[in-house]
Amino acid sequence: MRIGGLLVGVGVLVLVALASLAVGAKAIPPATVWHELLRYDGSADGVVIRSLRVPRTLLGLAVGAALGLAGALMQALTRNPLADPGILGVNAGAAAASVAAIGLLGVADPAGYLWFALAGAAIATVLVSALGRSSPARLVLAGAAVSAALGSFVAGLTLVSQNAFDAYRFWAVGTLAGRPLSVLAATGPVLLLGAVLAIALGRPLNVLALGEDTGHALGARPGRTRVLGIVAVTLLCGAATAAVGPIGFVGLAVPHIARLVAGPDQRWLLPYSAVLAAILLLGADILGRVLARPGELQVGIVTAFLGAPILIMLAHRRRLAVR
Amino acid sequence: MKVRLTALVLVVVVIAVVALTTGDDPVPLATLFGGGDAADRLVVGMLRLPRLLAGLFVGAALGAGGAVFQSVSRNPLGSPDIVGFDIGAATSALLVLLVWHGSAVALGAVAGGVGTALLVYLLAMRRGVRGHRLILVGIGIAAMLSSVNAFVLTRADVTDAQSAAVWLTGSLNGREWTDIRPILLALPVLLPLALWLGRDLRMLELGDDTARALGVGAERTRLAAIVVGVGMTAVATACAGPVTFVALAAPQVARRLTRVTGPNVLPAALTGAALLTGADLAARRLLLPVGVLTGVFGGIYLAFLLRRAA
Amino acid sequence: MTRLHGVDLTIGYERRTVVHGVDIAVPDGEFTVIVGANGSGKSTLLRGLARLLRPTGGAVYLDGQQIRSLPSREVARRLGLLPQGPVAPDGITVVDLVGRGRYPHQRRLRPPSHADRIAVSDAMAATGVTDLADRHVDELSGGQRQRVWLAMALAQQTPIMLLDEPTTFLDIAHQVDILELCADLREHHGRTLVVVLHDLNHACRYATHLVALCNGLIVAEGPPHKIVTSELVADVFGLRCRVIADPESGAPLVIPSRRPLRQ
Repeated sequence: MRIGGLLVGVGVLVLVALASLAVGAKAIPPATVWHELLRYDGSADGVVIRSLRVPRTLLGLAVGAALGLAGALMQALTRNPLADPGILGVNAGAAAASVAAIGLLGVADPAGYLWFALAGAAIATVLVSALGRSSPARLVLAGAAVSAALGSFVAGLTLVSQNAFDAYRFWAVGTLAGRPLSVLAATGPVLLLGAVLAIALGRPLNVLALGEDTGHALGARPGRTRVLGIVAVTLLCGAATAAVGPIGFVGLAVPHIARLVAGPDQRWLLPYSAVLAAILLLGADILGRVLARPGELQVGIVTAFLGAPILIMLAHRRRLAVR
Repeated sequence: MKVRLTALVLVVVVIAVVALTTGDDPVPLATLFGGGDAADRLVVGMLRLPRLLAGLFVGAALGAGGAVFQSVSRNPLGSPDIVGFDIGAATSALLVLLVWHGSAVALGAVAGGVGTALLVYLLAMRRGVRGHRLILVGIGIAAMLSSVNAFVLTRADVTDAQSAAVWLTGSLNGREWTDIRPILLALPVLLPLALWLGRDLRMLELGDDTARALGVGAERTRLAAIVVGVGMTAVATACAGPVTFVALAAPQVARRLTRVTGPNVLPAALTGAALLTGADLAARRLLLPVGVLTGVFGGIYLAFLLRRAA
Repeated sequence: MTRLHGVDLTIGYERRTVVHGVDIAVPDGEFTVIVGANGSGKSTLLRGLARLLRPTGGAVYLDGQQIRSLPSREVARRLGLLPQGPVAPDGITVVDLVGRGRYPHQRRLRPPSHADRIAVSDAMAATGVTDLADRHVDELSGGQRQRVWLAMALAQQTPIMLLDEPTTFLDIAHQVDILELCADLREHHGRTLVVVLHDLNHACRYATHLVALCNGLIVAEGPPHKIVTSELVADVFGLRCRVIADPESGAPLVIPSRRPLRQ
């Protein structure tokens, strides 16, 4: 039954992806889309599809799946349904490093400051994990402290340099637009590594859910699982944020929805989260293109507006998966 | 405990004196006691004193508000932001500045903040407000508004947006007597209220059942605490904008300094005042808004305290 | 005489009714123990009596008045409760936690009084936690923590005390200590006790008044030696047993049969 659901999900994802190729400032009929995918003939439509929409759609798929996985991982690792990858300081680290690259080093191109963002995310996560090692409460506090310090750094830098401010304010919205294939090429391998690691942690995470003691008793190694889990989250979330900027909600809300269908078994929950999150992200992107024609509404904004009502509905459900 | 409180007060006094006598125009100590020449007294009285008072009162309000919220939510990350106050204030401030090009920024901010808090409370309400429901709804609304903010910032002209962003960080620049009058009047009312509630909040920390068994009305206390907490944050924001992190860090730092449990409103207020005025000293030197520095100082100090206790 | 009693109490959670129209009179100066199988409504009934749960039907009366109409602090001076699974704030010390039990007696702006301090030290001495006074509660063992919570309830110094499974986590020596302490509170200090216990033999030995619940209804109540029979145990717990007289105290002693009956 669950495999059936997953296949349905993948099918929906394919449809959404095709829609993503068809929709935009200029609506291209599906037949043409199909034709252009199979045999590129250099027409105007073909150019739009191949060089703009295909990279965008692929990036949306990859980033969406990554955020879904990272969110599910984070909630499993902290055994807290309110956990969001951002509490590890990933977003703050990526932002600070990007802004530093733009403002201090003059890097202008997204594919350029991408690497800084990734490094920044990694460094922030390591710092937060080290400070917050002994307990989940400490971890959260450490995350807040590091995020605040980095956030102030960003604020300071952007108030001093207009260039940095200008680039930052567009980055901060979280968008799939304007990201050439090179961005996907650069982050793709990192995302893939993170995804593989995440899926491999499925069964250890199931055991971790039973608590530290039971986990040890069953021969699992909770400490190692946790470390690997954080590494996976950093890879996934760091690369995703580096590529498209901070996108909220997807990591927080999707695992809850996925749990409704897949149940608490991480071996199913993780793939479901990935697929559903990709659908949500691409869907939000399409919506953004449709609602604000001929311009567009960035995907980070749409996910927030889609996610908020979902969270509020979840809040009113009688049994939330609380510890 | 008394010793540490006195030490905190001393720190605040020292910072205050430094704030009043140093700067572009160093002023002799005697000026504070009525001596010195007229020009010096003008500098102190018209420029530095209002700014110092703003820092003290805003810092105290944020510290106390943060302490109350952290106690109510039983969460060291509790802050008025769990009801989306800061972000709502930011959104309306941005709308006032960038969309309507108005000037009643402070008023707009407070209205937006209070409105958001109300909205979150109402949406989370169902036979009383349960902890995690409030947090979830708060996160939802906050993220929504946060994306609105990001959007508005991208749509405006870059110079306008940059100066709006200054307000968003929290700043004490150019605060004069007229700006600080609201908080000078409001805090002496709200702070004692928070201290009063402090006792009931201590009992609430034992869990709703135990608190009720000891005679504390759980829902009532929670609501009163949120109202007072939001009130203090509102007047602080009206004066200085949403200053980063003070509401979160001050109570935590105060707790580790005094090693007492319970909301600790007074130490948190003193710590907040010290943190903000101290940061402002540096802010004036570096010509940055104070919010930049509270984040850096507060974050680093908290990290240091976490490391030490590990 | 009964200061605390409930009339036609129907209590439940959200959509589930657990206690169905129960009349319960808590005899003054007695050690009342409520027993029953898991899910029979023992804790629910206790919490209803303690005004933590609002009955959907019927009412609870304290000293002749509806308990809901009395100010909570006033109730807290007459009725003390030790709930199941209480929450200790981070970093709180034992003496601090026990001191919080004095809240209903303290005036807002006054510091703790001499009477408060005595109540706290007496309570800590009675539960044997005086040595732990400055330790952090979250560092203590389960048994030590339970005794500290009991000390807090004792410090409240109420004539009526409600205890919800106070012997969980304690080893047998400490279980007996607590129960002996409760018996002492009744005999020499005249307090009225209502205790939910899951150990039937302890209940038989210490209770002066036993209330047996089954599926939210009282099936028997009275002194243990009168009501505890193997038929009652079979009805309430689904357990085949023999009931003999405890050689130490003469109270009924339930001895399960080799192959228990499962419902």
